[in-house]
Amino acid sequence: MLYREAGDFKKSYKEDNHTFPIKFDRYRYYVVLVVAFGVIPFLVNDYWANAIFLPFLIYSIAAIGLNILVGYCGQVSLGTGGFMAVGAYAVYKLMTSFPDVNIIIHIILAGGVTAMVGVLFGLPSLRIKGFYLAVATLAAQFFLVWVFNRIPWFYNYSASGQINAPERLLFGVPITGANTDAWVAYLVCLIFVAVSAIIARNMTRGALGRSWMAIRDMDIAAEIIGVNPLRAKLTAFAASSFFVGISGALYFVVYLGAVEVGEVFGITKSFLVLFMIIIGGLGSIFGSFAGAAFLVLLPVLLKNVLVGSWGWQTDVAAHLEFMIVGGLIVGFLILEPHGLAQLWRLGKEKLRAWPFPY
Amino acid sequence: MFKKTLTATVTAIMFAAPAMAELVVPWFAYRTGAYAPSGIPLVDGVNDYFTMVNERDGGIGGIPVRVLECETGYNTEKSVECYESTKAEGSLVYQPMSTGVTYQLIPKATADGIAIHTLGYGRTSAANGRVFSNVFNYPANYWTGASVAVNHLLDLNGGDMSGKKVTLVYHNSAYGKEPIRVLEILSEKHGFDFNAIPVDHPGQEQKSQWLQIRREKPDYVLMWGWGVMNSVAINEAANIRFPMENFIGVWWSGSENDVVPAGMRADGYKALALNAPGTDYGIYDELKAHVWNKNLTAGAGDQVGSVLYNRALYMAFLTHMAIAKAQEVTGVADISQADMIKGMEALEITDELMAANGLSGFAPSFSVSCEDHGGSGLGAVQQWNAKEGTWSLITDFIEPDMGVIAPLIKEDSEAFAKENNIAMRCN
Repeated sequence: MLYREAGDFKKSYKEDNHTFPIKFDRYRYYVVLVVAFGVIPFLVNDYWANAIFLPFLIYSIAAIGLNILVGYCGQVSLGTGGFMAVGAYAVYKLMTSFPDVNIIIHIILAGGVTAMVGVLFGLPSLRIKGFYLAVATLAAQFFLVWVFNRIPWFYNYSASGQINAPERLLFGVPITGANTDAWVAYLVCLIFVAVSAIIARNMTRGALGRSWMAIRDMDIAAEIIGVNPLRAKLTAFAASSFFVGISGALYFVVYLGAVEVGEVFGITKSFLVLFMIIIGGLGSIFGSFAGAAFLVLLPVLLKNVLVGSWGWQTDVAAHLEFMIVGGLIVGFLILEPHGLAQLWRLGKEKLRAWPFPY
Repeated sequence: MFKKTLTATVTAIMFAAPAMAELVVPWFAYRTGAYAPSGIPLVDGVNDYFTMVNERDGGIGGIPVRVLECETGYNTEKSVECYESTKAEGSLVYQPMSTGVTYQLIPKATADGIAIHTLGYGRTSAANGRVFSNVFNYPANYWTGASVAVNHLLDLNGGDMSGKKVTLVYHNSAYGKEPIRVLEILSEKHGFDFNAIPVDHPGQEQKSQWLQIRREKPDYVLMWGWGVMNSVAINEAANIRFPMENFIGVWWSGSENDVVPAGMRADGYKALALNAPGTDYGIYDELKAHVWNKNLTAGAGDQVGSVLYNRALYMAFLTHMAIAKAQEVTGVADISQADMIKGMEALEITDELMAANGLSGFAPSFSVSCEDHGGSGLGAVQQWNAKEGTWSLITDFIEPDMGVIAPLIKEDSEAFAKENNIAMRCN
C-alpha cells in the first residue's frame, strides 16, 4: 500500500537517477537523516556516544570501505586492521607535526595516506586472486602492526609506545581529547559517515563501480569488454583504504583517544570488519551499516540485559554472549547467505506485492 | 536496528535505578580471554574482601560497599564501555587492571574528576601528584620494580654487575615497555649489558624469543608478562634449560597459575612481590567466618591463598582504608568522588593499621601525600618451591634506587604537564 512505484512519476533524468527510486524509501531515508542529525545530538550522553554510537558509526565507515573492495570488486582483504592503524598513525603524526591545521583536514589527509598505502599493498592483486590475495593482505596486516610497534618515530618516541590524541578544537569546541562533549564527537562521526556513505553509494553506481563489479563477476570477460583491470583493482584498493583510513583516524582521535597498535588494530579487527560485511551483505552500502550494527550493538545489548537487568555473573554472560552472537551468525548465514541486506531486499519485495502476493 | 536501540534504551533505564546510599567500587574484571588466568584470582579476592567487610561491619562507616564488576576481557573497547556505564553510578575509584586502559582513562577520569588507582602497574610518572591530580599508583610501580630486581641481582653478585648480561622478556605493549627506560639507565650505572626482547599479544608463541636467549646466554632474564604469556615463557625457559633461579618475573608474572603448568621444572623461579604470599594471616580467619562459611564466595572459590588472590586482598584493603580515610577527613559517611581523592591523598598505611585488619607483616608501611602519589616503592623477591607448591619470600622488602627513578618521574610527568597544559598543584 505504502510501498509502491505506482503514482511516483519521474519527469526528468535526474529524478530517474534517484538513489531511492521509491517515494516511501526516500522519505524513510530523510526521516533517518533528520533523527540522526536533529534529534539524537540533543539526547545523547557519554554512555550512548562512547559505548554505542561512536563505535557503530566508525565501524560503519570501515565496513563501507571494506565492502567496496570485497563486496564490489571481489578482492578479499584481511588487512583492514593494519589499514586502520595507518589511518590512526597518519592522523597522529599529522596532528602533532602541524598542530595549527584543522583536525578535520588531518583526518581526510590520513585517509589519503592510507589510500596510498592501500594501493601499494594492492599491487599483488594484479597477479594473484582469491585465497592467495587474502594471504598477501594478511601479510600487510602483520607488517603494518609490526612497523608501528617497531619504529619509534611513528609514536613520537613515547616511552610507552602508545599514541595519545592531544586536544584539538573545531569552531572553538574540543572535538578530540577528554573534554569533548558527547554530542560533538557524535556529530563529527555522523558527518563523516553520511558523506562517506553518499560518496561510496554514488561511486558504486557510476562507471567506476560498474568496472569493479565487472572485475568481481569475471575478470577475463571484463578485460575483453574493455575494463582495465589495473585501474579497476587499484582504484578499488585506493577507495577502500581511504574509507578504512578515515575510520581508523576517527577511531583513534574521537573514540579512544589513546591507542596501542598491537591490541587495538590486531588481526581480530580485520576479521571483525570482514564479518560485518559478510553478515551485513557483500556489495551493499546498507549491508555495511546493518553488519556494523549487528556486531557492535548486539554484544552491548546482551551485556546490558544479562548482567544489568538479570544480574548474571559477568563471566557467564560474557561466554554466553560469544555463543549467542556466534549462533546468530551461523543461523543468519544458513538462512540467508547474502546477509542482512538481502533480508531487507526480500522484505521490500514482499511489501511491494502486499497485500496480493503472487 | 531500531528495535534493538529501543530495547537497549529500556535496559539502560532499568540499569540506572539504584537509590540507596552505597559505596560503589567498580572493578574491571577479566574472567574470559587470554588474560583470564591472571584476572580471575584478582576479581575473586576483591569480591571476597568486600563481602567480608559488608558482612562483618555492615560496610564502611555504616554504608555498604557494592563491587561493580564489569567484564572487559582485557579489551580496550569493552573497557571504555565499562567506564562509561559505571561512572554514572557514583564510582569512587577505578582500578582498570591494565596499563593500556589506564593510559586511556587518565585523561577521561581527570576530566570527570574520578580517582584512578593502579597498584603496581599503570603510568609510572603518575606518582607525581603535582601533575596527576587524581591518578595514584602507590605503593610501587614498574620503575621501582625494575630497580628492586636489579638491586636483588646486585646483592647476589656482591654489588658488582659489570660484564653480566641481563635480558628483559616483555609483553609488547605499554605495560611491557614501561621498565625499559629505567633498566637502560641502570645498566649504564652498574655496567651490565642489557637487551630487551618483545613478545606480542597474547604471548602463546615464544619459540623464537627463547631461541635467541639460548643463543645469547644471558646471565639473568627478567620478565614483564601477563596472562598466558607467563606460563608459556616459564615452559620455554625450562625447555632450553635456563637456570630458574636466574629468571625473575615482575609481580604480575609470579603466581601459581604461571608456574604450575611447567611442573617440577619451574622449581626455583623467582618473582617480585608487593605483599607476602600464603594464608598465615588473621584476615583469613575473618574471611572464613564471614564469607566462606556463609557460602558467599565469589567465583569458584578455588583461588584462595594464591599470590594474586592475596594481591587482590591487598588492593581491596587499600581501597577500604582510603574510603575510611575519606570519611574521616570529610566527616561524611556517604562520600563523593571528589572526597575519595582527598582520602587517597591523606592515606597512611602503618604497621598498626595493618595489624588491626589482620594483615600484620603482610606488606611494608607507606604514606601518600598531595605531591607523592607513588608510595614507598618497596618490593621483595619470592621464590617458587615446586615440590611443596608454595611461594616464599627469600628477601626482605628491598629499597629501589630512587636517586635514578625520582628525576625520571619528574621529567616524564613534567613533559606530560607541558603537553597538556596542566598547572602544577600542591603549592
